[in-house]
Amino acid sequence: MAAVLEQARSGAVPVGGAFLFNDVGSVRITTPELFTEEQRLYLKTALQFSTEQVLPQAEKIEAKDNALLRDLLRRAGELGLLMIDIPEAHGGLGLDKTTSLLIAEAMSLQGSWSVSFGAHTGIGTLPIVWFGNEAQKQKYLPKLATGELVAAYALTEQGSGSDALGARTKAVLSPDGKEWILNGSKLYITNAAFADVFVVFAKVDGDKFTGFIVERGSPGFTVGPEEHKMGIRGSSTCPLYFEDARIPRENLLGEVGKGHKIAFNILNYGRLKLGAGVLGGMKLQLRNALLFAQERKQFQTAIASFPLTREKLARMTTLIHAVESMTYRTSGLVDAVMAGADKTAADYSARLIAAIEEYAIESSIMKVYGSEALGYVVDDAVQIHGGAGYIEEYPVERAYRDARINRIFEGTNEINRMLIAGMLLKRTMKGTLPLFEVAQAVDEDLTAERLPKARVQDELAAEEQAAENLKRLAIYTLKVAAETFGAEIEQRQEVLATVADIVMDAYALDSVVTRTRQAAGEGKLDAVRVAMARQFATEANVQSYARARRALCATVKGDALEEHLAKVARLELFTPYDPVELRETILQAVEKASGYPLSAV
Amino acid sequence: MKILVTAKRVEDPESKIKVKPDGSGIVQEGLKYKINPFDEIGVEEGLRLVAKHGGEVVVVSIGGKEVQEQLRHALAMGATRAVWVNHTGPLDQMGVAGLLQKVAEKEKPDLVILGKQAIDDDQNQVGQYLAEFLGWGQATFASKVESLESEQEKNKVPALQMGADNKSVRVVREVDNGLATLECALPAVVTTDLRLNLPRYASLPGIMKAKSKPIEELTPAKLSVDVTPKVQVLKMASPPPRKAGIKVPDVATLVDKLRNEAKVV
Repeated sequence: MAAVLEQARSGAVPVGGAFLFNDVGSVRITTPELFTEEQRLYLKTALQFSTEQVLPQAEKIEAKDNALLRDLLRRAGELGLLMIDIPEAHGGLGLDKTTSLLIAEAMSLQGSWSVSFGAHTGIGTLPIVWFGNEAQKQKYLPKLATGELVAAYALTEQGSGSDALGARTKAVLSPDGKEWILNGSKLYITNAAFADVFVVFAKVDGDKFTGFIVERGSPGFTVGPEEHKMGIRGSSTCPLYFEDARIPRENLLGEVGKGHKIAFNILNYGRLKLGAGVLGGMKLQLRNALLFAQERKQFQTAIASFPLTREKLARMTTLIHAVESMTYRTSGLVDAVMAGADKTAADYSARLIAAIEEYAIESSIMKVYGSEALGYVVDDAVQIHGGAGYIEEYPVERAYRDARINRIFEGTNEINRMLIAGMLLKRTMKGTLPLFEVAQAVDEDLTAERLPKARVQDELAAEEQAAENLKRLAIYTLKVAAETFGAEIEQRQEVLATVADIVMDAYALDSVVTRTRQAAGEGKLDAVRVAMARQFATEANVQSYARARRALCATVKGDALEEHLAKVARLELFTPYDPVELRETILQAVEKASGYPLSAV
Repeated sequence: MKILVTAKRVEDPESKIKVKPDGSGIVQEGLKYKINPFDEIGVEEGLRLVAKHGGEVVVVSIGGKEVQEQLRHALAMGATRAVWVNHTGPLDQMGVAGLLQKVAEKEKPDLVILGKQAIDDDQNQVGQYLAEFLGWGQATFASKVESLESEQEKNKVPALQMGADNKSVRVVREVDNGLATLECALPAVVTTDLRLNLPRYASLPGIMKAKSKPIEELTPAKLSVDVTPKVQVLKMASPPPRKAGIKVPDVATLVDKLRNEAKVV
């Protein structure tokens, strides 16, 4: 596909969503192969911490041993694992987002720990890093960096989940003007039982959505009983109650009425990070499932040698590879925008927030794709374990339950699918993305039955073209829907969600092909990576064209429908590969590595 | 005080180690490497001693460019600087001890700490050779009285105890029938056993700082050491696979088998 964005041609960092309009490989992407020596060492320390300090204590953690969880946070603090996103001036390390994500990956081997760690370092600490004033930063950040203080984040309420701004908790200034008085309640607050510092959202005078810092022990503020959850049972989740709760006036976070800026930007980053936050768990489940399958014998044969087991293990590996390729590509985009920026500048946080917001489409992809990939991986892992997978004694049973929350928090996958398609349209209206211009060109090409060939004629030429055609498919389908429904398109959630699915597969395949080519340098493409790219392309094509047809059926009728269907059928050029051959190539590498074959350390 | 500690690069025991079909060595492709765990214990002990008594830990490794990875690891744990003896090619235990001797003579440490052995070839010889070459006292298999769950361990108290005037070191050694205590005049060579301490992780700030710590490059030629091996490796082979065991119905049969088949009782 012709690179439409001049900006991309100039070698600058592509804008958010540009992947959909740029050629495969037109911009070098960040991948684990490009991690620096320091990043590898950080990852090693973090993985060592996870495997030696966290995993062996999984049962105690799951029994809601809050003291242990807190102690682990403190120990993580000693190692600097809580310092990544905190500036050096406030006791942190001020490292890049790729490092932040790879630490999140390493922390994700145990679900409850991962969520507790993420709530503290991410949604708990970052609002103060990004929106706190100097006094607040000095007061809280050094202690949050070491784990001496633990943070939590309170947005959700009984009546407001995805509709975050519908909060009913109210804040008013006391008559003497010295304190804020909060009334209301919050629900499902992670780390609540032992956190010291809570970032709480309330509406000033009942209508101005605003952030506050609330310390444990504030008069009128109480933490309710633990929820009994399906998974991540070891993490603490409680309601918060504010009954004329009094907090000092200076604990206002940011500005009155600007709470949405805090909430949405924190969510953007949380979504980006979620892609990494599922990777560690997926890799562990792959390894455990493989080792189990190699031990477990039926009909005098290890089940790891049965084709249907091998098919599952290969599919898990391919999914992990796709998520990994997208995850670090996306964090790399944010880092590229911020490269060379003065970390001590007053506007650094504002620029960083803007850089993360720029890639909100990619971040929503990470959230949806990552959480659903994890879902498939744990499902396959349970199935490989057979009956044992249904027994609590085996860690895979817990992993299966733990995985489920990922599709719900940080904005449900439904909300995020709407955001992916919705933001593509919004940015097109704003003029930063050329959806209609490119859609017009795609339409002309399809009418004339001419489709550009892959730019690089190597073993992945067909996959490159498949990725370009998936982009065309998404663009074309979205254009038809936008033209048909106009402003009413927002109500057509099925159509938008379907487009989002195709966009996600396109981003994944583009990332996988680009990564595979980059990893080869000037040399030969790696056979295992090629097999994964082909397997991914095969699955993505099967799914995406069926989805596009479904979306078109829900958009137009009669002859017009026939015409659109005929046009998109012209994009479906990809010849699938022999799945048995592909999975054998992948599985041999998995067996050799006793798990995910491309680990960075 | 100045403490010189070794950091040998060894195969990660979690990697699958395979002998090449021709027996000339092991298959290196896909292997992971790490610092010899006994050396890592040595680095930790050195850091604890320095924290208590002041001074610096200098870490040394021998090998190609890749051993810088292990040196960086020790630097990230807290060592002050590193010495890299750049040498590829065969090297035997006396060669290693010869190189370390020259490094020690150059650095003049109060204490050299080495792992009691490296987990790749488990030779357990270098520390002893080195002490002999230097003409220093030696205390091998240093261990500690307290358990690894003790308060002392949690508070990172060094197990090696310095004499009042910092001119000697008291070492508790693990021996077959229990613990023996030695007192050595400094400078001395100490080798570490497994139960001396639990090494710290390389912290993230430590890793950042390690980036700017110096690594000095030396070579056998610069140190004037002839490293031509006296020991030659003729062939490597995997141990034969263990034969499957059998179950015996009763004690009488067991005794009979032990007496007449295994001939051990």
